[in-house]
Amino acid sequence: MTENNGNNLISLQNLQVHYNLGGGGFIDKITGGSPVRRVVKAVDGVSFDIKKGETLGLVGESGCGKSTLGKAILRLTEPTGGQVFYNGKDLANLSQTAMREERKNLQMIFQDPYASLNPRMTIGNIIGEPIRTFNLAKGESVDNKVQDLMETVGLNRRFVKRYPHEFSGGQRQRIGIARALAVDPEFIVADEPISALDVSIQAQIMNLMEKLQTEKDLTYLFISHDLRAVRHLSDRVAVMYLGKIVELGQGKEVYSDPLMPYTKALISAVPVPDPTIEAKRTRIILTGDVPSPINPPSGCHFNTRCPYAIAECKKIEPQLVEIKSKHYAACIRISADYPSIEENEKSGLKVVGN
Amino acid sequence: MSNQNGTILSVTNLKTYFQTEDGVVKAVDGITFELKKGETLGIVGESGSGKSVTNLSIMRLIPEPPGKIVDGDIIFDGIDVRKLSIDEIRKIRGKRIAMIFQDPMTSLNPFLKISTQLMEVTQLHLKHSKEQAYQHAIKMLEIVGIPDAESRVNSYPHEFSGGMRQRVMIAMALSCEPELLIADEPTTALDVTIQAQILELIKDLKTKLGTSVILITHDLGVVAGMTEKIIVMYAGKVFEIAPTAELFATPANPYTKGLLKSVPDPAHEQGTELYQIPGLPPDVAHLPPGCPFSPRCEKAQDICVREYPPFVQINENHFSLCHFAKEVYAESLKEREVN
Repeated sequence: MTENNGNNLISLQNLQVHYNLGGGGFIDKITGGSPVRRVVKAVDGVSFDIKKGETLGLVGESGCGKSTLGKAILRLTEPTGGQVFYNGKDLANLSQTAMREERKNLQMIFQDPYASLNPRMTIGNIIGEPIRTFNLAKGESVDNKVQDLMETVGLNRRFVKRYPHEFSGGQRQRIGIARALAVDPEFIVADEPISALDVSIQAQIMNLMEKLQTEKDLTYLFISHDLRAVRHLSDRVAVMYLGKIVELGQGKEVYSDPLMPYTKALISAVPVPDPTIEAKRTRIILTGDVPSPINPPSGCHFNTRCPYAIAECKKIEPQLVEIKSKHYAACIRISADYPSIEENEKSGLKVVGN
Repeated sequence: MSNQNGTILSVTNLKTYFQTEDGVVKAVDGITFELKKGETLGIVGESGSGKSVTNLSIMRLIPEPPGKIVDGDIIFDGIDVRKLSIDEIRKIRGKRIAMIFQDPMTSLNPFLKISTQLMEVTQLHLKHSKEQAYQHAIKMLEIVGIPDAESRVNSYPHEFSGGMRQRVMIAMALSCEPELLIADEPTTALDVTIQAQILELIKDLKTKLGTSVILITHDLGVVAGMTEKIIVMYAGKVFEIAPTAELFATPANPYTKGLLKSVPDPAHEQGTELYQIPGLPPDVAHLPPGCPFSPRCEKAQDICVREYPPFVQINENHFSLCHFAKEVYAESLKEREVN
């Protein structure tokens, strides 16, 4: 979680994004609206650090708040509480003008390569826009810079006058990446950059992102529901469930030795492209759907689907604690001394932590 | 029911073309395969490879014009599907061959209760009375694991989550106990934990009801655990067909090999570069004269650009469309031994 070792580029402290859906007022009572105030806690007290030069993977099912979290870091959605530290500055509380300046260093790659490019602008204008907005170059040098960027992401320089519809999904995603790189950022939030692409193109984009990271010393927050891609790209992985981080650790460890029951289920649900492994493995099948974020279950949000839930899980909200070295999990049924929930279950040990 | 050798569906040299402003698009161009009773066949391919059109052709759901089945035979349980009149095919569609679509959000009618939509199928095909159909709808919802089916049957689609809607779709598809179920990307729109639930459900129902299944997907992981046989499609053609275990162990086509290698393997060390197939998926309206994969293929020689490749038989059940199929197969065998 939060360690102060100077290597941190981004540090989130108890970040919150709550959406007020109304209800509970006088008008609601007489018009038959919701009798209580309804709040969606899309991001509910998230704290973690992103180290310089690393890729932090953020996984979770749809509706868990991972995209909102990514946007809140860049203030594309206003956080309702908490802090985002970048270079000693709290981004969450900067003025709009000051934040705008910071966007030079913080960029985003979007999920949908079809919707995130203006169809009426040429590729040259799309990639050149951030350069012009921040006055990073003038006149002809803009065009040169644009064409260099196109080459960096693997697009032909000649395409500069073309429009987005003339490109395939993978090429469009390259354009989106070039646009993000135009201001020479330090940190990029990549929100599901490969989900809309074909399998053979996904590998190309992942390789491109890795190449650019080494060349330009970039730091990524890689948001995806594709656990295989996250495993491939990330140094560390954070697992999110209903607005909270439930597990965080080195990618290798989270995948080979998941601690929290939700992570266990999530990883076991990933189909492996190998029939011999598929035939042998037993899958943890979770019952039910992700509960509504409007009224998440009390205590541990996962208790309604958790095979190991006990009465206390409905009461105590688990905190993210270090179970193994640099491997954090939020579950009251495990602790550093008793890290295995299966064994605790077998021996009847409750381990009510926190 | 089925004929003597247990084949439920046989497709021979199927060609479905579309007339577009850009010329003739050969969406499916000469596909041949056989499906045995109780078997699950996986069809894998990227977008535009023709996997969905193949199955829409089997159901005779190709919009005409611009599309047209121009050649080939589709024999379902001894019936020549191409020769059937609209009325006759309607008696098969939904009753003996059922389909689950990719998007559970748009394939249910938002104005009608789940019960109405489920009852329609059995009232039409099984001549159920209203009461019978209603009871049957509840039973089907129970089978697909919808809790509290008796009250949920009167809900509208928007009251269900994505995974639940897909269960409703499956309930509807299985209402008449079809002999063939075509599932077109049934889990693509769903989260992994829900995907696991749905795949488990399809597997379960298949064993219980003995339904034959065609599973269309772009995810090699999904077909690995679900199927007995796999077809790999590219640019409207069958590039490789083989029993599942053999296809994964010893692929005989460079495209299949590339696809398998480009999936990130959780066991691999982070930081190692992922294998990538270069280039872009082909423009099906303007295919090169030779092998459609040749512009992206590492192994491509002059002959690949010049001549259309032969469909090479590797062994009894394994075929590959490639000039160098035997060499690629031998290479896969060798790689297998090393590992």
